[in-house]
Amino acid sequence: MPEILVTEVAPIPTILDAPPAHPFTVPVSATTAAPATESEAPNLEQRLSSARGIFDRVRSIGQSGSLTEAQLEVIEEVLLRSDVGVATTTALLEELKTNGAPNGVAEAIRASLEASFVADRVVRREASEGRVPVWLFVGVNGVGKTTTIGKLAWRAMQDGASVVLAAGDTFRAAAADQLALWAERTGADIVRAAEGADPGSVVHDALGRAEARHADLVLADTAGRRANSTNLLDELAKIRRVADRAPGEVVETFMVLDATTGQNALSQAREFLAAASVTGIVLTKLDGTARGGIVVAIERELGIPVKFVGIGERAEDLIAFDPAVFVRSLLS
Amino acid sequence: MFDALSARLEKVGQSLRSRGRLSDADLDEALAEVRSALLEADVELSVVRAFIEAVRTRVAGENVAQSLTPGQHVIKAVHDQLIEVLGGSPLKITYAAKPPTVILLAGLQGAGKTTTAGKLANWFKSQGRQPYLVGTDLQRPAAVEQLRVLGSQIGVGVFSEASDPVTVARKGVEEATRLGRDVVIIDTAGRLSIDAALMAEVRFIAGAVQPDYTFLVIDAVTGQDAVHTARAFHDTLALSGIIVTKLDYDARGGAVLSARGVVGRPVVFASTGEKMGDFDLFHPDRMASRILGMGDILSLIEQAERTMDADVVADSAGRMLSGQFTLDDFMAQLAQVRKMGSLGGLMKLMPGMNKEMRDAAKNVDDSQLDRIEAIVRSMTPRERRDPSIIDGSRRTRIAKGCGRTVNDVNQLLKQFDQMRKMMKTLGKGGMPGMPGMPGGSGKLAQMAGKVAAARGGELPAGFEALGAGLQAGARPGPASSGPKGKKKKGGRVTPPKTR
Repeated sequence: MPEILVTEVAPIPTILDAPPAHPFTVPVSATTAAPATESEAPNLEQRLSSARGIFDRVRSIGQSGSLTEAQLEVIEEVLLRSDVGVATTTALLEELKTNGAPNGVAEAIRASLEASFVADRVVRREASEGRVPVWLFVGVNGVGKTTTIGKLAWRAMQDGASVVLAAGDTFRAAAADQLALWAERTGADIVRAAEGADPGSVVHDALGRAEARHADLVLADTAGRRANSTNLLDELAKIRRVADRAPGEVVETFMVLDATTGQNALSQAREFLAAASVTGIVLTKLDGTARGGIVVAIERELGIPVKFVGIGERAEDLIAFDPAVFVRSLLS
Repeated sequence: MFDALSARLEKVGQSLRSRGRLSDADLDEALAEVRSALLEADVELSVVRAFIEAVRTRVAGENVAQSLTPGQHVIKAVHDQLIEVLGGSPLKITYAAKPPTVILLAGLQGAGKTTTAGKLANWFKSQGRQPYLVGTDLQRPAAVEQLRVLGSQIGVGVFSEASDPVTVARKGVEEATRLGRDVVIIDTAGRLSIDAALMAEVRFIAGAVQPDYTFLVIDAVTGQDAVHTARAFHDTLALSGIIVTKLDYDARGGAVLSARGVVGRPVVFASTGEKMGDFDLFHPDRMASRILGMGDILSLIEQAERTMDADVVADSAGRMLSGQFTLDDFMAQLAQVRKMGSLGGLMKLMPGMNKEMRDAAKNVDDSQLDRIEAIVRSMTPRERRDPSIIDGSRRTRIAKGCGRTVNDVNQLLKQFDQMRKMMKTLGKGGMPGMPGMPGGSGKLAQMAGKVAAARGGELPAGFEALGAGLQAGARPGPASSGPKGKKKKGGRVTPPKTR
């Protein structure tokens, strides 16, 4: 494995130097490839392709019209290794068998994968008249919720919006401190309370602050929680209710998901969808060796769109998700 | 954590159980099921392949023992192979002849290194050591702050300063030596395994402090990428072991197998919850049994042994078996059970728990025990000794005293009575076949008996009471609200008859 390590490491420094060029406000939908998306595409692809050697094998198996068992096996391996999951992989293979590969195997699998991403991907930032729009962030421990909020706050501030951060993670030691540092960096306002305080009250206070100061957006953090505890999910549902009560209005609930996550991501998405009506996924840490293939399963089965992806540590490395780019980079 | 995997393998086992002979086709089918189950559990593909081949060899190379059906034989092979891959016998920590023993924690961002550092320090403290924490994660905002908060929660000193990670690590160890601490735990910055700069940093730290143990902290929800991570860290640091976190998630935790398979080092510790105490040595053999749905009875017994006050328990257990069990004894045992931790956590360890039961266990409401305690405390000493004297007016008084309804009091008394009868039956050596009594405790007693036999007959006293206490206290969350005179069993958890 050392060789692979080396090839993976090499491209990173140059990519880090690449300037960001992505205005925050452009809503990216599955069908419209906005110019902004095009300009970042090589960036994402470059980063993703660093670990994609295996996809070459799919391409290399040629241009035939129908698929052989051996080809299907290679494709199965590729998908399984990307964390797409057994059920989704089986379904994709069935599709391939049915549809054949008139334009080559790589094209067939690309089409199948892309067809898995059909959801509406618009990021909503407008609330009803007189209400403060709230983005609520949920997820399990350690996926990067707080960091994601910091980065999205930065984007919104760049865009000229005024932002209030609600430090709703009152459980993890020093989580509020971490968010406060992001507030300092970005110039966003922050509302926090003592450790162990009721997260709902923090969100409520943040809404009051945002209303009084005519802020454009509230980003509400929540404590990381496992998705298999009814009590913790109930607590989350309550936080969401508080955030959705006037003057607040939850316009997006993002589930933050670590790209290294395996099949459990599906049950996370299912539970958080039920408890907090998740409207989008932020896929973080895609700059590692993990491929994040589980989002294919999530979009297919639950229809929750991925809206942002994190491809680096800098604030500007959190970018809008483009399924075409994602799939293309998987197969390139 | 391995819930779904054990369910899958149970299914394999069942279909095989019904057959007399194992043909090659049967074996292929069984192994295909095992493969799917392992993949769904996030075990990495090449690890799965190696695992399946090893099981095949095992099955082929052995004569089917007379006492086993062919199906059991496959299950046993899977089980044995699981134990082998998961690490055989656990790694035992030996302390450096010249203290302090230095432990370095490394891992990806978000795996839970900082929290693990705190839990590990807490664990060493419980072993009678004097741990010291060093925070070298100067990158993530507030990481050091988080470590300080954890340190103050568990009463362990924390060293860090705003210089560079290698200096902090070196000074931290010096400081620990000066203070006479005998274990130093160094938390490092989270990193993506491909990040050359950070990998170099952790290597420099390792070079500077020469750790006695280097642990990779890995998250149980990790997917196929676990092998990349494990391999990259192992190549950089020569790991001595793995610590797995988030085992309380419903993730199947195949990453444990992957990392173990790739690195060839044992999983040493496991973190199973949010509290500082939810952390212990990882037991591969027990985990393998758990994967196969055999419950984690050994963990339960050990936990019981560690926390129960033997005298108190032995005392009441004796009376219990002779049918003279009083509400005072009941309270004493309840207190013992509660010392062991949350009921939900305990129930998850019990064998014979199917998915429904486990789901119920996750939501077991410990406050139910508070209510039981309140009711019993509202009784006079005489009533506690002899509940049969509790008539209507006494019931009303008790209910008023504890703020519950008469129904609640009735229910408790009824349950207590049933429990006492069952204990008496047990004491006479009969198997519990009482109508209306949930099979769970019977099964538990049965299992406990087996384990006791395996351990040379010594069973921790009061183990039966544990089952009883759980029954009295455990109710599924949704059913626990408000008094319920109408429901005849009062929401008691009735384990479905499995298999």
